[in-house]
Amino acid sequence: MTPVTGEKILSNPIKGTDSKKTTAWDIVKISRHPQRPVFQDYLSLVFTDFMEFHGDRYFADDKAIVGGFARIDEQKIMLIGHSKGKNTIENIEQNFGMAKPEGYRKALRLMKLAQRFNVPIVTIIDTPGAFPGLEAEERGQAESIAKNITEMANIEVPIVSLVIGEGGSGGALGIGVGDKILMLSNAIYSVISPEGCASILWRDASFAPDAAEALNITAQALLRLDVIDEIIEEPSDGAHSDYNTIAAKVKDSLIKNIKDLLSNSTEELLLKRFQKYSAMGKFEDSL
Amino acid sequence: MAWYSKAITEKKQQIGSFWVKCKQCRSHIWQEQWNENLWVCPNCNYHGSINAFQRIEQIFDKNTFKELFAGIGPVDSLHFNDLKGSYADKIIANKKKTGISESVVTGHGKIHNIAAVASIMDFRFLGGSLGSATGEKILQGANYAYDHQLPYIVFSASGGARMQEGVLSLMQMAKTCAGVARLNKKNVPFISVLTNPTTGGVTASYAMMGDINISEPGAVIGFAGRRVIEQTIGEKLPDDFQTAEYLLDHGFVDAIVDRKDMKDYLGKVLAYYNR
Repeated sequence: MTPVTGEKILSNPIKGTDSKKTTAWDIVKISRHPQRPVFQDYLSLVFTDFMEFHGDRYFADDKAIVGGFARIDEQKIMLIGHSKGKNTIENIEQNFGMAKPEGYRKALRLMKLAQRFNVPIVTIIDTPGAFPGLEAEERGQAESIAKNITEMANIEVPIVSLVIGEGGSGGALGIGVGDKILMLSNAIYSVISPEGCASILWRDASFAPDAAEALNITAQALLRLDVIDEIIEEPSDGAHSDYNTIAAKVKDSLIKNIKDLLSNSTEELLLKRFQKYSAMGKFEDSL
Repeated sequence: MAWYSKAITEKKQQIGSFWVKCKQCRSHIWQEQWNENLWVCPNCNYHGSINAFQRIEQIFDKNTFKELFAGIGPVDSLHFNDLKGSYADKIIANKKKTGISESVVTGHGKIHNIAAVASIMDFRFLGGSLGSATGEKILQGANYAYDHQLPYIVFSASGGARMQEGVLSLMQMAKTCAGVARLNKKNVPFISVLTNPTTGGVTASYAMMGDINISEPGAVIGFAGRRVIEQTIGEKLPDDFQTAEYLLDHGFVDAIVDRKDMKDYLGKVLAYYNR
């Protein structure tokens, strides 16, 4: 969960049809590419009329999670997302997209606001993880995430979650319990960072590429495992190579998914959400 | 030399079978006394680790606990291999070591003659980690409580999500909490007992969502690992950081209850439930 401050990688790290096979680690690097579009970019390219709301009403306004009313074309929504910066100053202010309890509590407040106004929710996920700091623990990092995950099960409006970059463990899931989970093709979603996993199971963080492979963190793997519902294909060089193309695809997909979900009654919506999460995971039953 | 080391090993085993060394105060306790004291140190009140069946025996009225969903167990769906070998092999080894099929035992029984459903985590099985089958059993327990309108108690003891199942283990947080959310909506009580240790994804899901959160003395309860936090902030953390007492001070648990009093405490709480 160490913040990644823009590892130097080649401007064309992968070519879609290159002879070299794209590894999970290649995708990790693209997902963290310093030029990769972040929440702020989608905000200006996909959404209009953003009305930001601040604060969790208890402690502070966490800038690592941003939210408010917005529109996608005519569709009114509540938009909530992790906000990574575009440069060092922004990244420090936004804590590299690593939210604290007040961030998760603000997100939940806004989800309930969306329910009150009966507008669907779009959550944008891009975080290395929830902030692992003293004051975050002190104020109940675990409780704030647990509460969001639990309450999201009962939110009576559609929720579409989109992973645009890093889906870092509980910090991602804290705003990620959607009726539909979408992922960009070079985004990752993982229970632990490849570095963290490597340092525990391989006893050496430099085995991160092996851990990345083993953890099945790519959109392709997660679609196969029935964790996510849809992959939004990026341009072959990655989303950072063409902001407008990826933004247009994101917009189309969000509009379509919200429209589909709005055709459900509230009861159907909540039942389907419960069934979706009840079915998560693979196990055996020998009896 | 061989006879000598063999003799030493045998002696150690003999000593080991009579004496237990307390992990906290390091005093030597007679095994018998340790067992009678519910695996709690009589000198310093350190609460030693106990397995799911020991917990069941301590909490439930004699012969009332009936296990449910016992056939649910883990599979190595990602074919996960690390330095020490495959997850599939670890599953077999842990089943053999513990005699249980997952890191949790679910069932229903009576506590001071009041019916309740419970899931009891067992730290011996892969560090009590939350895998798909663990999540399934905890959810099924919640569903059983929902269907029968019985209070649900989860005893947690876990290092967090199970890395060998990747995001599938992360999703168990959402799965178990979906079960808790249904209990909340129907006003069926959910009691969480956080025992040593309860960390990571388990703390950040059902374990913190009790209508009442109870802990045993000294239990480590937290989200991020202590070392990770020390690296982040660049300084040493206070000794009591992430202990049950620290969480009580900060308002995240309702009570710290000694193991010997746990059954009575739960019985008293359950007696308040008028359904």
